[in-house]
Amino acid sequence: MPILELAAKFGTYAVMAAILVFALGVVTLRNLFHCALCLAAALIGTAVIYVVLQAEYLAAIQVLLYVGAVVTLVIFAIMLTEHLAGKTVRQNNSQSLPAIAGLLGFVSLLTVLILKTPWPVTPTALKAKVSVMGLGKALMGTYVFPFEVISIVLIAALIGTVVIAKKDPV
Amino acid sequence: MIILPLPHILIFSLLLFAIGVYGALVRRNIIGILISIELMLNAANINLIAFSKYTSLAPETGQIFALFVIAIAATAAAVGLAIVLALYRVRKTVQADEVHLLKW
Repeated sequence: MPILELAAKFGTYAVMAAILVFALGVVTLRNLFHCALCLAAALIGTAVIYVVLQAEYLAAIQVLLYVGAVVTLVIFAIMLTEHLAGKTVRQNNSQSLPAIAGLLGFVSLLTVLILKTPWPVTPTALKAKVSVMGLGKALMGTYVFPFEVISIVLIAALIGTVVIAKKDPV
Repeated sequence: MIILPLPHILIFSLLLFAIGVYGALVRRNIIGILISIELMLNAANINLIAFSKYTSLAPETGQIFALFVIAIAATAAAVGLAIVLALYRVRKTVQADEVHLLKW
């Protein structure tokens, strides 16, 4: 059994490394279509991380909503706006070095903070299992107001998207 | 049941977030910027779920917050890409630094 556990642990670390590599691909590749494919891969890897963290419902939602809907939308937008003629356009502005320097400071500071903070990891929370039923009950009980608000936001975004993107202005 | 140490997950999502910020700062293409923002939201979601798994006493809370973040991210992507399409129709460009009508 320890061998299996070790394998699962190293598998998780391998998935994390793969996600980071794909994320680097998302921000550095020149062809935007490849970026969108890398984004899909990184999002699927994130779903794997959710499964490792025992959030299976969230993993399913992630694949359905992100990989299914958002990436499709992004690919649509790329297809509609990209010039298909193969002229190379510069993809980065000239802020690359300052951005890297600032982010290195940010990352090192937060890494120190993360490692120094005594996180209250409780055994009861580690044992707790979130069921889909529990999620639904919380959504209909404690969080019913944000749930309703988000449906209004969704309908507003739906109408707004159609109004913005349709051909002739009203 | 495998338990990774919580700081490892936090550092992983920190790196993912930093990569997203880099993309949002450096990309010229507006769609590239939107993709980077999706990466950042994703990193935040990993943090929410990790905290709900490791520390919370009401373990549903983090997952429900992650659900709301996913819904908002979907609307943001839809509206953002619609704006990009409208912009492309009017100005024939999707490069963020070529849209400088309001800049002197």
